[in-house]
Amino acid sequence: MLTSSRRQRIDDLAAGGGAPDAGVSLAVSAWRRLRRSPLFLVGAAIIGVFVVMALLAPWLAQHDPALRLLDDQVSRARNEIPPAQPGHPLGGDQQGRDLYSRMLLGSQQTLLVAVLATVIGLGGGLVLGTLAGAIGGWVDSVVMRLVDVMLSIPSLLLAVSVGALFARQTQFTVILAVAIVQIPIFARLLRGSMLAQRASDHVLAARALGVRRRAIVFRHMLPNSLGPVVVQSTLVLAIAIIDAAALSFLGLGAADDSVPEWGQMLGRAQDVIDSHPQLAFWPAGAIITVALGFTLVGESLRDALDPKNRR
Amino acid sequence: MSDVLVDVDGLKVHFPIKRGIVHDRTVGYVYAVDGVDLAIRRGETYGLVGESGCGKSTLGRAVLRLSEPTAGRVVFDGTDLAQLSGEPLRRMRRRMQMVFQDPLSSLDPRQSVQSLLVEGLRAHELDRGAEATAARLRELLDVVGLPANALRRYPHEFSGGQRQRIGIARALTVEPDLIVADEPVSALDVSVQAQVLNLLEDLQAQFGLTYLVIAHDLAVVRHIADRVGVMYLGGIVEEADADALYTEPRHPYTRALLSAIPVPDPEVEDRREQILLTGDLPSPAAPPSGCRFHTRCPWRQPSRCDTERPPLREIRPGHRVACHYAEDIAAGRITAPTGLSASRG
Ligand SMILES: Nc1ncnc2c1ncn2[C@@H]1O[C@H](COP(=O)(O)OP(=O)(O)OP(=O)(O)O)[C@@H](O)[C@H]1O
Ligand code: SF4
Ligand SMILES: [Mg+2]
Repeated sequence: MLTSSRRQRIDDLAAGGGAPDAGVSLAVSAWRRLRRSPLFLVGAAIIGVFVVMALLAPWLAQHDPALRLLDDQVSRARNEIPPAQPGHPLGGDQQGRDLYSRMLLGSQQTLLVAVLATVIGLGGGLVLGTLAGAIGGWVDSVVMRLVDVMLSIPSLLLAVSVGALFARQTQFTVILAVAIVQIPIFARLLRGSMLAQRASDHVLAARALGVRRRAIVFRHMLPNSLGPVVVQSTLVLAIAIIDAAALSFLGLGAADDSVPEWGQMLGRAQDVIDSHPQLAFWPAGAIITVALGFTLVGESLRDALDPKNRR
Repeated sequence: MSDVLVDVDGLKVHFPIKRGIVHDRTVGYVYAVDGVDLAIRRGETYGLVGESGCGKSTLGRAVLRLSEPTAGRVVFDGTDLAQLSGEPLRRMRRRMQMVFQDPLSSLDPRQSVQSLLVEGLRAHELDRGAEATAARLRELLDVVGLPANALRRYPHEFSGGQRQRIGIARALTVEPDLIVADEPVSALDVSVQAQVLNLLEDLQAQFGLTYLVIAHDLAVVRHIADRVGVMYLGGIVEEADADALYTEPRHPYTRALLSAIPVPDPEVEDRREQILLTGDLPSPAAPPSGCRFHTRCPWRQPSRCDTERPPLREIRPGHRVACHYAEDIAAGRITAPTGLSASRG
C-alpha cells in the first residue's frame, strides 16, 4: 500500500513537473469563469437574499399574515387603507392585514411556485426529450408532434386554459399550469442537443468501442446535452414567478388568500391601484427583482458553459 | 486461418438526399462509396488515400459497420458483419477499433482520461478488480507514452498529440485485431505527426495489429503503409504495394497525386513530371459516367472513357488499376495532349 502510493508520487513527479494532480473538469472551469462575472454575482446576491428571506420569513414576520389587525383603520366607503405606522412599516392591506408580514411570507409561496413549476416542467421535458432524442424513429415523431402542438399555443393562453380546467383553483393548480407550459420547451431543447450529440464524434467513438446503448445515452449523450437545459431552468425560475403572478392577476390563482403570495397580492391590488399604489408596488417590485436575479444568473451561466469561452 | 483479416466485397454506401418540409422526399443519392473491393491481410498496414469527400471516412466506418452498407459485404475474420446486429455486433466491436481524425471531438469532454479508458474495459468485461484495472491503465499509458498522472485529467487539458495518444490508448484497451485510423495525424501539428505515426508503427509490432490507415495525401501514408489503395469519388482506382505505387504509379489520378508532392532535391524537382489536374472534383451526388476520372484525366480517350466504367483489374501480381488504358499510357502509346495538362518531361 505504502509502496504503491510512493510509486504513484514518484511517477507523478517524473511525469509532470508540478502539474496539478487532479484535472480540471468542465464544471470546475465553468465555475471559475462564473465567479468572475459581475452579472452573476449581482444575480446570485438577489437570489441569496430572496431565499434567505423565504427561509427565515416565519421568524422575521412579526404578525400573522391572516390576522386583520388594522381592521379598524379600513373603510371601504371612504376608500381608506391603513398607512405605514410604527409596528407596521408598510402599513396594511384592504383587509387590515400587516403588509410587511404578508410580503415576507409571500416570498415562501413565490419560491415554492418557482421551484416546483421548474422541477415539474424540467422533469417532464427531460423524460420526453430523452425519449425523443435517444430512441428516435416513430417515438421521436410522436413526441415532437405533441410538443409542437403545445408550443403553437401562446404560453400564457395555455397556462390559463390549464388553470381553468380545474374546478377549484389552489396554489398547486397554478404550479401545474405554469409547469405544463415549460414541458415542451425543455423537451425540444433537450431533444435538439441530444440529436447533435448522437451525431457527434465522441458518441460514434463510444459506439465503435462497443459501449452499451444505455451507457451511451446516460453517460455521454445526456450529460453533454444538459448545459442548455440548466441555463433554461434558471431562466424558467424567473418565467414561472412572472407567469404565476399573471395567473393570479387574471384571477386564476389560489382562491384562498390567507396564505399570501406575491402574484396574488398584486392581483388583489388592482381595484385600489389608483388611490393606494403601494399595495401593488411592493409585490410587483419584489417579483421583478427576483425574476431579474434568476435571469442574470441564467445568462451568465449560459456564457460560462459555452465551451468557446473556456480560458 | 486465412491470411486475410478483412475482406470487403462490392461495398456501396449511398446516402439519400432528402428534400421537403412535411414529407421527406428522396431526391437523389450521395454515392459516397460506390463499389469497393479490397482485402486487408493480417498484420499489414493498408493505406487508403484520396481527396477530401471521396468517401474514405464512409468506407472506414462501413468496414467497422458504424454505417450501414447499401450493398456488398464486409467479412471480418470469416464473419459477415452484415449478419450481426445487437449484442453479437457489440461483442465483435472488441476486435475492431477506430482512431479518429479529431482527437478532441472524439473524446467526451466530461470524462476524465481514466473513465474514458475504463469504459472500454467495462463494456467488454475486461475489468477484473480495481488492482488489475489500475495496473492495466498504467500499462496502457506507458505504452502510448503518456504520463501516469494523465488519468485524473480531462481531454481539454492535453495537447493535440497527447489527445491522439489518449484516443489510441482507448482503442487499445480492448485488445483489438484491427484498427481503422481515419486521418490520425491530419489535425496535428506537423512536428508531432511523425511521433504519432511512429507510435502507431511501434504498437503494430508490439501487439500484432492490422491497420487501415486513411489519409488525404500520399506523403503521410508513405511512412507507414505496406499496401496503398487510391480512392477517387467512391471507388478505388489503383492499389499496389507501397513501393510499387510510389515508383510506378499506373493510374493517371495516382500520377497526378504523386506529382503534387514536392521533392526536396531541387534538380529532381525540376525534371520530374508535373500533372496539374484541371476542373473541379465532381460531386459524389452526380458522379461522371464511365470512368469517374474522365472529366479531369489528361489521357482521356474519346472511345470508352466516358461510357464504360473501368473495372479494377490486376495488371501484374499485386497491382490493380481501374483504367482502360493503363498499359498504353505506361508504354507511352498514349500521351497526354497539351493544353489539358501542363507536363514537363
Ligand atoms: N451521414 C451522411 N449523410 C449524407 N452524406 C454524407 C454522410 N456522410 C458523408 N456524406 C457525404 O459523402 C461523401 C463522402 O464523405 P466522407 O466523409 O466519407 O469523405 P472523406 O473522403 O472522408 O472526406 P474528408 O477527407 O473530408 O474526411 C461526402 O460528399 C459527404 O458529404
Ligand atoms: S479510363 Fe480513361 S479517363 Fe479513366 S483514367 Fe484511364 S484514360 Fe483516364
Ligand atoms: Mg474523412
